[in-house]
Amino acid sequence: MTKQILTFLIISSLLFFGNFIVPAMMNPYLFMILIYCGINIIMGVSLNIINGITGQFSIGHAGFMAVGGYVSAAISFYFLMPLLSLFPSDNTISLLCQNTLFVFSILLGGVGAALFGYLVGLPSLHLRGDYLGIVTLGFGEIIRVIILNLDFIGGARGFTGIPAWSNFFWVYFFAVAVVMISFRLLRSSHGRALLSIREDEIAAESIGIPITRYKVKAFVLSSFFAGIAGGLFAHFIGYLNPSSFTFIKSFEAIIIVVLGGMGSISGAIVAAVITTILPEALRPLQEITKTDFRMVIYPLLLLTLMLTRPQGLFGHKELSDIISPFLKRKKSL
Amino acid sequence: MEEFVQHLINGISLGSIYGLVALGYTMVYGILKLINFAHGDVYMMSTFFGFYFARWLGFAYTPSVIGALIVLFLAMAACALLGFTIERFAYRPLRKMPRLNLLITAIGVSLLLENGGQILFGAEPKFFPELIARTELFRFGNISISNFQVIIIVVSLSFMALLQYIIFHTKQGKAMQAVSFHHEHASLMGINTDRIISFTFVLGSALAAAAGILVGLAYPRIDPLMGVLFGLKAFVAAVLGGIGSIPGAIVGALIMGLSEEMVVGYFSSTYRDALAFFLLIVILLVKPTGLFGKSTSEKV
Repeated sequence: MTKQILTFLIISSLLFFGNFIVPAMMNPYLFMILIYCGINIIMGVSLNIINGITGQFSIGHAGFMAVGGYVSAAISFYFLMPLLSLFPSDNTISLLCQNTLFVFSILLGGVGAALFGYLVGLPSLHLRGDYLGIVTLGFGEIIRVIILNLDFIGGARGFTGIPAWSNFFWVYFFAVAVVMISFRLLRSSHGRALLSIREDEIAAESIGIPITRYKVKAFVLSSFFAGIAGGLFAHFIGYLNPSSFTFIKSFEAIIIVVLGGMGSISGAIVAAVITTILPEALRPLQEITKTDFRMVIYPLLLLTLMLTRPQGLFGHKELSDIISPFLKRKKSL
Repeated sequence: MEEFVQHLINGISLGSIYGLVALGYTMVYGILKLINFAHGDVYMMSTFFGFYFARWLGFAYTPSVIGALIVLFLAMAACALLGFTIERFAYRPLRKMPRLNLLITAIGVSLLLENGGQILFGAEPKFFPELIARTELFRFGNISISNFQVIIIVVSLSFMALLQYIIFHTKQGKAMQAVSFHHEHASLMGINTDRIISFTFVLGSALAAAAGILVGLAYPRIDPLMGVLFGLKAFVAAVLGGIGSIPGAIVGALIMGLSEEMVVGYFSSTYRDALAFFLLIVILLVKPTGLFGKSTSEKV
């Protein structure tokens, strides 16, 4: 445990210094892709908890991202910005306050999403698998329609004027935190219970695992992380629109999990990076052919993956499982 | 009161279109335990098939009943072929895989059809040709019934009756019931399960195609993404009636069409898309097996 905390502190301090160096090193376009990578890592890893590790099928992850994004944006816009304007600007204390309040707002966004996760998960998770899928899909749509009809957060016009407080440090700080918590979860007794539910629900229940309670727990945690991703996203671009949280967004998260391999956390990270960079890398193709073939390449990729390598890039394995045999061989030599 | 009757009539005609699509969902779910996400997109493809057939054959410019029927059957045949192809090349290779993989493949096929459609047909909406001239059949005070509403109800009812006959009175239909009951047992009885599953997809896709043409006639604005939400609502209708049950799908679809029409008529049209999912959550809370569904206990 202490080792993990130490690692986390070291990585955070590295990120803190990176925050001064990285944005200066690249142009704004590349920097944006880098930030999206971080946000998609959080989305992929969080969806992996429910889809990969627990084996339930949720297809409304964008809904939770939307809740988190809108809740934290509304808190920042209506409460924290007026609060912050009380402090004198242009000094370190106000910067410190701003960042503390930012974390507070992001976490509240996560809590909001987790609350919705509980409300959605409780009725649907005690049913058989497919229903969760369709309920979460429906939930994503309901959330979008509700947001469209709420005027104080912009409705269909979109929510403008969200303070752009996200930066390299916070996005990757939360990404690392989410990844490490997922790993800790996977290696804990909770994680083993979730894995047993994925492998065989009936067998898991018969050895005394309260499956519904565990599923709801996993679902709530997963929505919490999605809410955090939403908050970071909102505070990065400073503008939210309900149309950015359609099915397509949820499907992107699913593609990350499937491509990486169901249940593999490092797989989800690698896949998140690939799926963020690939559409950007294919941009020249669009200019040559004058039509946006990326939209077709995406589903074709998914289909070929399912037909040729259904377990995804990593399968159930982690990066460490793949590398460690090589390391061991070197030691024995 | 008059307004209510008008909404009732509109709701029934909308509901019978949902019914045709919901039948495809419920049959495929009954036989493969798969939510066929691509089904809504097959319905979308049928409106585009109809659009192009009507143009090439010249029916788009001279409204006639014969032309409309020819377009209807051609679109049904094309979609049956499409459904067969999807099953053969995307779902059949995964028959032995976990169901989750099948579901993801279905999402992939659905995205492929939507995005491919946007590239092939263009993303901007098109207008379905007027194959039959719209006329008003009856008018009692403020209630008006157009010939389209009658056509929709008559055509859907006759296809539903035909399906009922196929499933309960033909050898193929009995084989379908057997396969949906138990795959291995059915194949032990000498039923070619793969062929029956193909047959189910062909039937379901043809029904969805009929719905597509009817929608094209009644609501001429068509675009490559029109199948997404419509398909989901039809699926919710199937769940509402009890997924896997044929009469359930029809009753669920009628409830769906009516309640949607009432929400638009008496509340606000912005909530019409959320209604379906609200209904779904209520059903799952109150009666998860749906109105006509049987609850099955899992055996170890």
